[in-house]
Amino acid sequence: MTASLRPTVEGRAAFVYTGARAFDPALPCAVFIHGAGMDHSVWVLPCRYFARHGINALAVDLPAHGRSRGDPKPTIEGLADWVVACLDALGVARAAVVGHSMGSLVAFDVARRHGARARSLSLIGSALPMAVGEPLLDASKADGHDAIDMLTYWGYSKSAQIGGNANPGMWMVGGTLRLLERAAPGVLHADLRACNDYRIDADSEPPVETEALLILGDRDAMTPPRNSAPLKKLLPTSRTTILKGSGHSLMMERPNPLLDALITVV
Amino acid sequence: MASVPKGFRFDTLGLHAGQRPDAATGARATPIYQTASFVFESADHAASLFNVERAGHVYSRITNPTNAVLEERIAALEGGVGAIAAASGQAACFLAIATILNSGDHLVASSSLYGGTHNLLAYTLPRLGIRTTFVDPRDVDAYRAAIRPETRLVFAEILGNPGLEVLDVPRVAALAHEAGLPLVVDNTFATPYLCKPFELGADVVFHSATKFLSGHGVVIGGLLVDGGGFDWEESGKFPTLTEPYEGFHGMNFAEEFGPAAYITRARKEGARDFGACMSPMTAFLVLQGLETLSLRMQRHVDNTRRIVEFLSGHDAVESVTYPELPGHPDHELAARILPKGCGAVFGFEVKGGRAAGRKLLERLEVFSHLANVGDAKSLVIHPASTTHHRMDAAALGAAGISEGLIRLSVGLEDPDDLIEDLGRGLHAASRA
Repeated sequence: MTASLRPTVEGRAAFVYTGARAFDPALPCAVFIHGAGMDHSVWVLPCRYFARHGINALAVDLPAHGRSRGDPKPTIEGLADWVVACLDALGVARAAVVGHSMGSLVAFDVARRHGARARSLSLIGSALPMAVGEPLLDASKADGHDAIDMLTYWGYSKSAQIGGNANPGMWMVGGTLRLLERAAPGVLHADLRACNDYRIDADSEPPVETEALLILGDRDAMTPPRNSAPLKKLLPTSRTTILKGSGHSLMMERPNPLLDALITVV
Repeated sequence: MASVPKGFRFDTLGLHAGQRPDAATGARATPIYQTASFVFESADHAASLFNVERAGHVYSRITNPTNAVLEERIAALEGGVGAIAAASGQAACFLAIATILNSGDHLVASSSLYGGTHNLLAYTLPRLGIRTTFVDPRDVDAYRAAIRPETRLVFAEILGNPGLEVLDVPRVAALAHEAGLPLVVDNTFATPYLCKPFELGADVVFHSATKFLSGHGVVIGGLLVDGGGFDWEESGKFPTLTEPYEGFHGMNFAEEFGPAAYITRARKEGARDFGACMSPMTAFLVLQGLETLSLRMQRHVDNTRRIVEFLSGHDAVESVTYPELPGHPDHELAARILPKGCGAVFGFEVKGGRAAGRKLLERLEVFSHLANVGDAKSLVIHPASTTHHRMDAAALGAAGISEGLIRLSVGLEDPDDLIEDLGRGLHAASRA
């Protein structure tokens, strides 16, 4: 049994996790896009669920992340084009597009500029603009551990930093620290710069009519729900689900409510 | 520049990590979920738990909510990614090894180990086709020289038992990593209060929670913690983590769980198939101990220093082995690896050999003569006739144990009472 695909995207080897099920071209698809410095492993639980429920779950490693080769992309638009190229390589015409944090901007941009490819949108821990403070940008440029600490501890609610993981025996903070420590030099800075620089004017940009669900944490210090107003304006038919008590790391902090929310749109 | 967040500190994590007030009842203390299994909401919910789609509990041999709090707490205190509570320290040790070693594999281990661990490595694992080469724990080059093509891990205790050899974790970890191997360490004597092996380069930590973590001599338990930093795929030596596992529908642990590959395999296979789980009541009692770990360990160390000073100046004492003493071979290393103290277990040699030692043991009234360490109460034992009795003279010598060695585990009593008790015993010993 294969748990992954390895298409060539833009001339480089890419990695796509499939939820431990073989890809079936006859089935509908959902593509999952991780956040800054992360990889496909943040999506294991929902991918396994959807894969067992008749959907090709495709959790990509963006270029230079995880097992995908290539250089980090400097823009959200570039990452969105790469995701579409990845769908092309897999022969996927349309997919439900799910993204977290940076990945949510990529997902939004797929719908904005390649509308026909997005069957639906799930934007998790999202905001527009997704401004990144200079201290974090500077720290990520230095490629030291400070940026990893900032992303990790600002990325969890205070309550989650105490723990109480629904996934038994796992220390969420430790898992995120180790995952970010695996990011290649320069990747985190490129990702954060891309987030910061992605600016869409909600007043002048035409609305995106794709079915959309925003899944936000009410304790999210990085993308607080109030910062999602421009996204809602750009996605006039969108719904919003607030996961109480969760910070920015919703897949780790609230895995089961997050899955329940995703089931309504994927 | 904004200050860099670092999360909650050690003492706060010791009290809280892994547990929030119970959502159903508001209970502040961790409830004891004394149940074998957990009701499914539906057939699909059951399937989603078995297929690792949802977080939750199925059966207490594999996970349990009380145990999960303990596992998360020790993972937080050690700075790892996750942990598994086991039936004993020995069960945790076996799980640490069996998760990644197969028949035909080999490990390199310090020769200064707890007697039970020595038995496992020297006599029991060879029956399963797993061989061990023991090396002098202070000879870093010996670890390197003992590594073979089939070696799969390097194994040692942070504080050797009972010689208190201090493991040079950064150097041993570096040589292990150069060979594509993880360093697995027993941190029982130090606890994460005195030493955090992951920060020094170790990859897997295990504990006998029976000792200082629980701290009161009331439970048998073990804990296995995954640091999450070892790259199993880059090593290329660990197919149990990097190739599909037919025992779990082709699960590829490294691919699916990244930094948590090792601990996930240990649970999905080891907890399921080896079955050496901790009872929830035991987990609760270990949690009670962890809440005061910092306070107790500091007092253990403070009392130990007083007693080491007393014994070092006593006429009836031949020698005292404690790394903080200037004459100890690891004195300088200990200051780097264990800056807050070298624990509360140490040995001394009473003048007069075996007979004097026996007299000393019989005269003690506050110290209890038994086979354990890490209790709140002070303990004493004669290793050559108890914990290490299966070792012959040569093996005892290799482990740094003399026939007259007395091992103390210093408790939390008033140190003056402990000193007076030892003084009475030494007086009797000197007349033997």
